[in-house]
Amino acid sequence: MQFQEEQDYNKRFDASLWKKLLKYAKPFHKHLILVCLLMIFSAYLDVQIPLLTREAIDVYIQNHTLEGFGFFVIRYTLVVLAQVACIFSFCFISGKVEVGMTHRIRKIGFLRLQELSFSFYDKTPVGYLIARMTSDTQRIGDTIGWGLIDLMWGAGYVVMSAFTMLTLDWKLGLAVLSVIPVIAVVAMYFQKKILKSYREVRKTNSKITGAFNEGIMGAKTTKTLVREEANNEEFVELTHNMKRNSIRAALNSSLLFPIVMSLGSIAIAFTLWQGGAKVFSVNAALTVGTLTAFVNYASNIFEPIVSIVRTFADMQNSQAAGERVITMLETEPEIKDSEAVQKEFGSNLNPDRSNWPELIGDIEFENVSFQYSGGEKVLKNFSLKVKAGETIALVGETGSGKSTIVNLICRFYEPTEGRILIDGTDYKERSQLWLQSHLGYVLQQPHLFSGTIRDNIRYGRLDASNEEIEKVARMVDAEEFIQKFEKGYDTDVGEGGNRLSTGQKQLVSFARALIANPAIFVLDEATSSVDTETEQKIQKAIETSLEGRTSFIIAHRLSTIRSADRILVIQHGEVTESGSHKELIQKRGYYYNLYANQFSEEREQALLGKATL
Amino acid sequence: MASRKLKLLVDMMKGNRLRYFGAVAAVGVTSVVGFISPSVLGGIADALTSKAKGTNDPLNFPAFLNRFYYQRGGLDYVVSHLWIAALIIIALYVLNGCFQYFRSRWTATASEAIAKNMRDRLYTHLQSLPYDYHVKAKTGDLIQRCTSDVETIRRFLQTQVVEVFRAVLMLIVALTLMLQMNVKMTLVSMVLVPFLFVFAMWFFKWVRKSFQLSDEAEGKMSAVLQENLTGVRVVRAFGRQQFEIDKFNEANDDLWKKSRRLCNLLAIYWSGSDLLSMAQTGVTLVYGVFLAASANDILSIGDMTKFVTYISMLLWPIRQMGRILSDMGKSLVAFDRIDEILVAKSEEDDEDAVCAPIEGDIVFDHVGFEYERMNPVLIDIDFTVKAGQTVAVLGATGTGKSTLMHLLQRLYDVEDGRGEIRIGGVNIKKIRKSHLRSRIGLILQEPFLYSRTVRNNIGIAVKNPTDEMIFDAARTACAHDFIQDFENGYDTLVGERGVTLSGGQKQRVAIARTLLKQNDILIFDDSLSAVDTETDKAIREALKEQKKEGGTCATTFIISHRLTTLAEADVIIVLQNGRVAQNGSHDELIHEDGLYRRIYMIQTALEEELNQTEKTA
Repeated sequence: MQFQEEQDYNKRFDASLWKKLLKYAKPFHKHLILVCLLMIFSAYLDVQIPLLTREAIDVYIQNHTLEGFGFFVIRYTLVVLAQVACIFSFCFISGKVEVGMTHRIRKIGFLRLQELSFSFYDKTPVGYLIARMTSDTQRIGDTIGWGLIDLMWGAGYVVMSAFTMLTLDWKLGLAVLSVIPVIAVVAMYFQKKILKSYREVRKTNSKITGAFNEGIMGAKTTKTLVREEANNEEFVELTHNMKRNSIRAALNSSLLFPIVMSLGSIAIAFTLWQGGAKVFSVNAALTVGTLTAFVNYASNIFEPIVSIVRTFADMQNSQAAGERVITMLETEPEIKDSEAVQKEFGSNLNPDRSNWPELIGDIEFENVSFQYSGGEKVLKNFSLKVKAGETIALVGETGSGKSTIVNLICRFYEPTEGRILIDGTDYKERSQLWLQSHLGYVLQQPHLFSGTIRDNIRYGRLDASNEEIEKVARMVDAEEFIQKFEKGYDTDVGEGGNRLSTGQKQLVSFARALIANPAIFVLDEATSSVDTETEQKIQKAIETSLEGRTSFIIAHRLSTIRSADRILVIQHGEVTESGSHKELIQKRGYYYNLYANQFSEEREQALLGKATL
Repeated sequence: MASRKLKLLVDMMKGNRLRYFGAVAAVGVTSVVGFISPSVLGGIADALTSKAKGTNDPLNFPAFLNRFYYQRGGLDYVVSHLWIAALIIIALYVLNGCFQYFRSRWTATASEAIAKNMRDRLYTHLQSLPYDYHVKAKTGDLIQRCTSDVETIRRFLQTQVVEVFRAVLMLIVALTLMLQMNVKMTLVSMVLVPFLFVFAMWFFKWVRKSFQLSDEAEGKMSAVLQENLTGVRVVRAFGRQQFEIDKFNEANDDLWKKSRRLCNLLAIYWSGSDLLSMAQTGVTLVYGVFLAASANDILSIGDMTKFVTYISMLLWPIRQMGRILSDMGKSLVAFDRIDEILVAKSEEDDEDAVCAPIEGDIVFDHVGFEYERMNPVLIDIDFTVKAGQTVAVLGATGTGKSTLMHLLQRLYDVEDGRGEIRIGGVNIKKIRKSHLRSRIGLILQEPFLYSRTVRNNIGIAVKNPTDEMIFDAARTACAHDFIQDFENGYDTLVGERGVTLSGGQKQRVAIARTLLKQNDILIFDDSLSAVDTETDKAIREALKEQKKEGGTCATTFIISHRLTTLAEADVIIVLQNGRVAQNGSHDELIHEDGLYRRIYMIQTALEEELNQTEKTA
């Protein structure tokens, strides 16, 4: 089985990446600083508790006195309250940072995604982008919000308890601390292994998700091919791998803590052995209370070390997510309005409509060449002049460049060489939105948004009234099927319009384009799944309602094309024939053959039919 | 219903029950061992105090150690052989570690095995569910159930199930030990524990709604995102970026608000329960000091430190209880959601279903069909197709053409009493579905391509196809040339849902894939719609060629809007409003008043025009 896999990064800790990520956390910088201070304070308070216990033992219990104990209780209470306040604050602030960070990156990311060009979407699968915007972003928020906390607290606790131990008894303190490097090394070794096996698990997991995705989306096709058994076999193999990898990962992580604790117990035992001897030695160098405090520190110091190591490992892991997100955020759109254009006409998001000139609809290709990135040249030195109001039909084989031409007109791609003029001006001197707001674009594979049929038609013009919506639906002959639904126009079309047939979707998307009242109309195989009769009606509707608009039609069915003002035959990115239907028939070239072919058989059969009569 | 679910759960746990018993036992050992080390430490503290003061108090170790030390000389032996106690501490920690490892090992193996079980079952079941289920299914929701719901349960099974036992066992052990030492002190040490427990339970029950709301908000945000990205071309074509951004921001802001609320609630919980825990430790310490410091030695130093340690050991699992119970609630919900998939009825064959050869005439005998009550899609469909004939089906959008074809492959079944479909005299409801479908090649209008190479996609329906077979099928489907034009040729990966191929290319790959297998009946469900007329013709020619060569002589159904395609068929069936309005050959139908003739007229009008333009030329 082959699956596409996410790129995997396996680099060491990359400080520059985190710097970049922190830049995106700018509004939270003060929160982060505050939270770091809080964590250090919290660690300080944590270190105080064993000291207070020591005092309780040495001062009050050993001396059998309760003098001043009230004050002790007050101090203890204050420490507890301060700690609780600390915990509440850092939970609150870190939560704010985590949620805010994710929110912010998603917001910026979505903006970026709305700007990126089609060439980007051509090579990036939607699933990857969704992963970047959801789980990857979440991970970054998590790491920045909580990772820092763990690090600060861990480091703070280790440093301060080490300091306290050394002050209490430096020899004993050193002995306890000497175990730390050993534990750190062991923890790092295991974390590395855990990280590695965890990555394996994630990889397998995304394969399983992919398999489910395919198993469910492709279920209908699978049924028609009777492939259920084979699919099941392949799936079982995947889950088997998953199980094996996950268990391996789990075993690695379940070994870590017992081993660290066992190592730590050596420090505790040593404290007990050497410290204990000091308690009853002649000069009573160590009190029982101090010894207890030491045992406490020795048992508590290992957890923060493991936690520091784990946080680093987590960060290394989040690094891949961070890198993916940063790459997405930093991708520059290939098509961008120039500064001057933005100044004059506004950006895509902040259009300055008052400066927009009227779009009349003259279109000119001036020696345009085009190639998709990494692909062959689709258009070579292509020139074409279209007058406003003309209907142009494009005919040619699949891959001849028809769709490329209309995509260039829509400025979804820009010419690699040459210029495209709209109303006599290079369209790069106008904003993208100016052009695209004047487009009616209907695709062969129509995409509807979830929501009602009404919502979907209204997408073409947001302020359209219900009457207008119904009017265009009637125009494209969609009303009949719409009214067959119980809820009529308020029928939910389902995820991606799934509840409608392809033909129905095409009609709705046609209505959506009509209501936009565009100056330029582009129909790319827009009615391929609609029956001929309905198509004829739509044709008439277009002819009447779109008089005076420039339109481009790509279609296989010649009846759709026939009435165009000009028919262009496109072969290998060049116009080989051009003219009206009549003219092209007279020319007896490619179009004539195409046309004649489509009817020759019927003619023969019709003749045969007549003969038998 | 509840017993059914329980049975399912038990069923899924099959083969792993022993591991859970083992894990619970290991947890039991760790709780007991865990309590021994503080009592050894406390014993040492007492011994050292008594040695330093020269009071010679009785030893305060666990019973077995007391016996060990007394046999060898009591207090003096303890302090002169401190290394023994030190070694015992190490031994206890190592022992504890070992059992902790066993516990993790067993729960991990068991939970992974159960998760695998669940995934396999879900997948297999989904594959076996009827066509109709998948038509209506919400893909995203199903995937979520199969992935994250399974994960929720797995996590619960791996980390939490056993923790419930830990909390209970620890509580029992701690109470016994503490009560033996000092009853009053025990009561004081436990005074806040019930509150902590209740607080945890109450809190998680209370925030469940908040969890759910933020989950829902997240789902909504992803849905908006997904739609925007899949429809990005439409968004641009209408210049609706701002509209989409507003839509997304609304969802994102909503998620932000709900997650913030959840975070704040959790902040309250953690600090609140920390307050209770620290207060409890403090109360224990203060009361312990009070007792130990009072003149009559009610409590030794060692006992006091023991109490403090025991209590702090206990507090953590108790705080976790609230979380565990709430996660258990989540797991139960997840389990319900999974169960909902599993109870859906899978496709089944009649017991006496046969593998009859798919040959002979195909008879639709007064067939009626409806998806929803009172909304018939097909009414009294009655016609016969002779073996080997090519049948074209024509009709307006939504008149039931696809349904008719789906019935033939039994993607839907004709209800009893609504007529029947026979192939070679056998009612297809008596034929095994897998057999029937494997002999009928149906190419869907919007075919799904699997995310693997083009080669694998074409060869997917047969076992071990040779390259030659694949190339031949691709050639017949006019796909060979464009495939070879790809940089990686047949090894090109088909992207997410076949994104990298155009509609027409996808259709051709799907056709090749179906042609590769042996078909007694072939159905093109408008599957040439995205292919240009010439290619369409070339494909049909290639098929005819194949037929002539005597390779296959499949009865063929073609749904199409193209007159050329229709006219070529032996029989043309015109569907109107769910009924067969016309049925006959091209010659017959052009002389009948009806849809076919009208369409024909439209196109012949063109033809006449062609003649005229030629004349004027």
